[in-house]
Amino acid sequence: MKKTWEFSPETRVLASAAVAGPMEAKGKIGKYLDHSFDDLYAGEDTWEKAERKILSTAVDAAIQKSGKQPQDICVYLAGDLLNQNITASFSAQKLGTPFLGVYGACSSSMLSMSLGASLVSGGFAGNAIVGVSSHNCTAEKQYRYPTEYGGQKPDTAQWTVTGAGAAIIAKGHTGPRVRYATIGKVMERGVKNPFDMGSAMAPAAADTIIAHFQDTGRKPDDYDLIVTGDLATVGHPIARELISKAGYDMGPQFSDCGLMIYNDKQETFAGGSGCASSAIVTYGQLMQEMAKGKLNKILVIATGALLSPVSYQQGENIPCVAHAVAFEND
Amino acid sequence: MANQQTAQEKAYDQLAQKHRPKPKIFRNCFKAFIVGGFICIIGEALNMLYKGFGYNKDIASSMTVATLVIITCLLTGFGVYDNIGQWAGAGIAVPVTGFANSIASAALEHKAEGYVLGVGGNMFKLAGAVIVWGVFSAFAVSLIRTLVLMAIGS
Repeated sequence: MKKTWEFSPETRVLASAAVAGPMEAKGKIGKYLDHSFDDLYAGEDTWEKAERKILSTAVDAAIQKSGKQPQDICVYLAGDLLNQNITASFSAQKLGTPFLGVYGACSSSMLSMSLGASLVSGGFAGNAIVGVSSHNCTAEKQYRYPTEYGGQKPDTAQWTVTGAGAAIIAKGHTGPRVRYATIGKVMERGVKNPFDMGSAMAPAAADTIIAHFQDTGRKPDDYDLIVTGDLATVGHPIARELISKAGYDMGPQFSDCGLMIYNDKQETFAGGSGCASSAIVTYGQLMQEMAKGKLNKILVIATGALLSPVSYQQGENIPCVAHAVAFEND
Repeated sequence: MANQQTAQEKAYDQLAQKHRPKPKIFRNCFKAFIVGGFICIIGEALNMLYKGFGYNKDIASSMTVATLVIITCLLTGFGVYDNIGQWAGAGIAVPVTGFANSIASAALEHKAEGYVLGVGGNMFKLAGAVIVWGVFSAFAVSLIRTLVLMAIGS
C-alpha cells in the first residue's frame, strides 16, 4: 500500500460536532448541526473573531459529547483558510492543550483526521481532537473581493461555507472505526481561474480515490457512501468521469459534501466550498447516520486548492491535493 | 498563452469544459443594457432636475454624479448592492456606480483593521487600478491627439 495507511482496529471517532452559520442552518444540513449562529458575526466584532468562536464552539461541543474534560485532551490538530492559520492557533490558545496547526486548504479536515488517527493508532497520543473551520466573509476578503463588492461571479464559482467541525479520536470499542487514510499528491491540470475551483480540484480527488482502490483492493460498491469535500456541480462530474476512465464505475453512492449543505433555493452558484464543507457534513450528518446504522462504510475525500492570492495574480496554475479517510462500523 | 499549454492540460480542459455551465452571454448583455440604460435615465432626470433648480451645466452634472455615488454607497452599506451587481453585471459596474461600490465595499470590509491602515489603506484597493490606468489612458490619448494635430499642421 503505497499511499494508504491502515490504523489499528481500536482507533475510533469517539465523538464529533458540527457548528455553522445562519445560511447553513436554513439549508439541508441544518437539522444535523449541534449549534448554529444567527448572524455572521456570531456576537463578535470582526468576522475573524466570529470564525474563531465557531471553531471553539465545535471543539467544545465535541469534547462535551465525548464525556471528557478539556484537560484530558492530549493534542489538538486544527487548520483553517486564513493567513498563518490564525483561526486554528488562536482557538488553541483558548483551549489550552498541546497544539499542531495543519494546512491543506479545504483538505485540512481529512488531513487533520489522518494525522490525528496516526498519532492515536501509533500510541503517541492517548487521544486527539481534530477540527477545521471556514467563514464565507473571511475567505472572500482574503482570496477574492470585498464581500459587498458588486462584481458578477460566474456559475462555476462556489460559496464558502461558514462553519466548523471537530472530532475526537481515541482508542476504544465504541464509535465508527477510522480504518484507512489515503494521502494525496499535489497536482494541477492547468486551471488558473480562482472562480472555478471544482475543475481545478477534480483531478486530485480522482487520483486519490483511484489510489485508495488500488491500495486497498476495494471497489466503489464496497462503500455505502463516497463523498468528495467540495467539488460541487462542476468538479464532481469531472471527477466521476476521470475515475471511470481508470476502470472504476462510481455508482449513485458517489456524492459531494458541497451539494449536501444548501437547499436548491439558496443562491450558491456551483455549491458549497471551504474547510467546513467536508467537516460539517462528515462530523455532523455522516457521523450521526453511522451512529444510527443508516451508513456503515463511508469514504470521505477532502479536496483542497493550494493557491494564494499572490500565486494566482502572478498567473500560476492552481495546485490541488485530496486526502481520503475511510470510516466504518464493525 | 494557449501554446504554453501541454497536451495533457489541453485534454483535461476539453474534458472539464463539458461539465462547466455555459456563460449566459446574451442574457447578461441584455440585462446589462437594460440596467445600464436605466441608470443613465436616472442620471439624465437628476441632471434636468438640478438644471431646473437654476444650477449651470457643470455644477448640475457634478451634483448628478454625487447623487448616484451617495445612492450606491447607501445600497452597498445596506448589503443590497452586491445582489443587484450579481444580477445586473456590467450594467451597474460600468457607470459611476461600479466605481463608488468598489471604494465603499473595500472601506467597509477593512474597517475592522482600523480607520488609518484599514479603511484608509484599503479603500482604493480595487479603485486604485481604475484611477491609475484611467489617468494614464487619458494622457496617452491626449498625447496622440496633440501629435496628430501637430503633424497635420493645424
